[in-house]
Amino acid sequence: MSDDVIHSGSASALVLDIRGLQVATQSSPAKPILKGIDFAIAPGETLCLVGESGSGKSVTSLAVMGLLPKGSLKATGGRIELEGDSLLEVSSTRLRDLRASRMAMIFQEPMTALNPLMRVGEQIEEVLIMHQKGLSSAQRRERVLEMLDQVQLPDIERVFDSWPHQLSGGQRQRIMIAMALILEPKLLIADEPTTALDVTTQKQILKLIKALQERHGTSVLFITHDMGVVADIADRVCVMRHGEVVETQPIEELLRRPRTDYTRQLLTAVPSLRPRAARAVTDREIVLEAIELEKRYGERSAWARWTGKATSQTLAASDIDFALTRGRTLGIVGESGSGKSTVARCVMRMIEPTGGGVRVMGKDIASLGRAALKPHRKRIQMIFQDPFRSLNPRLKIATSLVEGPVNYGTSREEALAKAAELLALVGLPKDALDRYPHQFSGGQRQRIAIARALAMEPDVLVADEAVSALDVSVQAQVLELLDDLQRRLGIAVLFITHDLRVAAQICDEVMVMQKGVVVEYGPAERVLGSPEHSYTRSLMLAAPGRHWDFSEFRPLDRVFEETSTATSTAIIYQ
Amino acid sequence: MIVAAICLASIVIIAILAPWLAPHDPLDMSPADRLKPPSDTYWLGSDAYGRDLLSRVLYGARISLIVGIGSALISVVVGLPLGILAGFFRGLDAVIMRVMDGLMAIPSVLLAIAIVSLISANLWTVMAAITIPEIPRIVRLVRSVVLSAREEPYVEAAVSLGSSLPTVMWRHLMPNTLAPLIVMSTYICASAILTEAILSFLGAGLGTETPTWGNIMAEGRTYFLIKPSLIFWPGIVLSICILSINLLGDAARDRLDPRLQKRGAAQ
Repeated sequence: MSDDVIHSGSASALVLDIRGLQVATQSSPAKPILKGIDFAIAPGETLCLVGESGSGKSVTSLAVMGLLPKGSLKATGGRIELEGDSLLEVSSTRLRDLRASRMAMIFQEPMTALNPLMRVGEQIEEVLIMHQKGLSSAQRRERVLEMLDQVQLPDIERVFDSWPHQLSGGQRQRIMIAMALILEPKLLIADEPTTALDVTTQKQILKLIKALQERHGTSVLFITHDMGVVADIADRVCVMRHGEVVETQPIEELLRRPRTDYTRQLLTAVPSLRPRAARAVTDREIVLEAIELEKRYGERSAWARWTGKATSQTLAASDIDFALTRGRTLGIVGESGSGKSTVARCVMRMIEPTGGGVRVMGKDIASLGRAALKPHRKRIQMIFQDPFRSLNPRLKIATSLVEGPVNYGTSREEALAKAAELLALVGLPKDALDRYPHQFSGGQRQRIAIARALAMEPDVLVADEAVSALDVSVQAQVLELLDDLQRRLGIAVLFITHDLRVAAQICDEVMVMQKGVVVEYGPAERVLGSPEHSYTRSLMLAAPGRHWDFSEFRPLDRVFEETSTATSTAIIYQ
Repeated sequence: MIVAAICLASIVIIAILAPWLAPHDPLDMSPADRLKPPSDTYWLGSDAYGRDLLSRVLYGARISLIVGIGSALISVVVGLPLGILAGFFRGLDAVIMRVMDGLMAIPSVLLAIAIVSLISANLWTVMAAITIPEIPRIVRLVRSVVLSAREEPYVEAAVSLGSSLPTVMWRHLMPNTLAPLIVMSTYICASAILTEAILSFLGAGLGTETPTWGNIMAEGRTYFLIKPSLIFWPGIVLSICILSINLLGDAARDRLDPRLQKRGAAQ
């Protein structure tokens, strides 16, 4: 998608024009959130608003829609013009008319953006009832069905009468898009519309937005933190940081010749899709092994067995075999529902596996009781996805860090001294010990969580999406830290992720899972470099921005492309 | 809210200082002074046995507050561990919650009357009778909080750090329940005071030799047409007391429940 898009229309025909927009909190003293930002969108253009959390990109979109939370945020200066209407000055009635008819928005979370108590067809129809009076109900239905067809939903008559919970995440996002575009607005604001979706679904949604945009000539303001997505869809990019615009450039220019250090830094932090070379094997000792591991939900209860009633069972994971040697990193990749987290939790004995074995340092722990398990828990520790929930908010960092060692008989003083050392190891100041989790940023908390795991001197670290919740630059730092710790301490890491880029950069071996089974397992270089299974291929093909080598500021010279067609395309579009 | 706090504080002080504040002994009968109107000696008048109404109302505050605070404390002490256990262990959950469902199915005043009439009525049995029907409310509350908190990653982290189950429950789960518990216990306190008054009024509570707001009213009922103030004064104090406690409970809930607080600034 590197073809240059011709910018049609002169400056006077801008769809959206934002000049010196300022937004501040309404607390006293007022804290500025947007410090005078400028950008404009031409007809039919896609402008990507990129930035890390707290950069103000979402606030910008809310300000345009006139949806700033009342009582806490307020536009204090500047102008927002939508085809000549000054949005900060028009009446609220006019603003309501403009929404949906001239500008529309789609949100990040398709699971909660629809009303669960209304059939989806009626929800789309509601837009027509509000804004296009005089249509008969038959006409409205026809318009909605036509729109459902345009967003490429199957079996549109059935979808029209479905409830939101009957549809998948991708389908719901299509409904949201249909709702947003049914009145053919001039401007579509998409706030991280694909972040909550799997990569293959994401690819389809991005394609759909592009297709509809070309068909209706809609301008798109696309908000994202994902540089891969930006590279795939943007015409121009506006980089934001701390409520200011850092730079605005056409996409090719930005990727090749970023003008500011910040953009350069953002781009270099994007992990490359090309797998790194595997490290030399130094130690053959197997620290973690899974043997025909299986987890099945909905076990037949005694009652069901007695009455002879069949209960539905779900195989969350079956036949999982892997071996992890000291100092190596094994990645488990897959989309949501693939069973990768189930495997991690079985290995940790957070949930009970229903079959097979888990060996930690050669000892099978899969069926040990609570007391017998305790000495082995120490050997294997976990880092969680959400650093905001993985530390007890009521405990000081010191208390969290010494809890484990004290459980295994270390004296409190000794554990405290060790905790201070560990904090230094993960790059945090010593005085962090006396503070509470809320006083730290997400990245810092993840470092604390790592320190807590390391305090147990484990042989294996299980990292379940440990960097997914972090901004890309912070993510790079945490990955670097893990790599460094691994080299120094010889810990083996089981790394669960949905992000192929991250997997490519940190894993020696990769295991790809789909619907509870392993479809491909081998050295990262082979699995991600020349995948054999069609599912792995479809994952690779769906990875956003896969043509671009961000850290080198140029396109990749060798890109994995689909060669054998029939089977894998069927999977992508299933 | 401040008014409520002041009201409640003064009732507490009155209860503590009743022996010094009361102009007469609440049990001191003087047959000559039956049903006197308010005067210099009897500020609020006297009852059918010539006892000083003011002194009896002041002393009555003691029983009410002891019963209210005591019931709230006991139901928390009993309900909290039961709730945590029910929330944590699936097997126990079924047993504990069915017992609680059973208790909840019985009307609380009826249960209290049954308990009191089974065993003789003294302060402890009355308190027990009032507390037992309140326990299921605490257990349910704690259980629901624990059920959601145990899914938090930091609880899982504690398990994988080898913390024993009591440690996990005490250090990581219990603190989550405190805020809702404080709120709930104020409501229990208020409803216990009310139940005690109802029991006394019905004659199922403490004997008439102990002045409580409930039995002052019960005795005054007979003379309602001649001297309504016998019901009026204890009734007023009772209402103010319960209203203040409930207002304080609401204030505590607003303060402790982040959803009811004003939404913070930037997202």
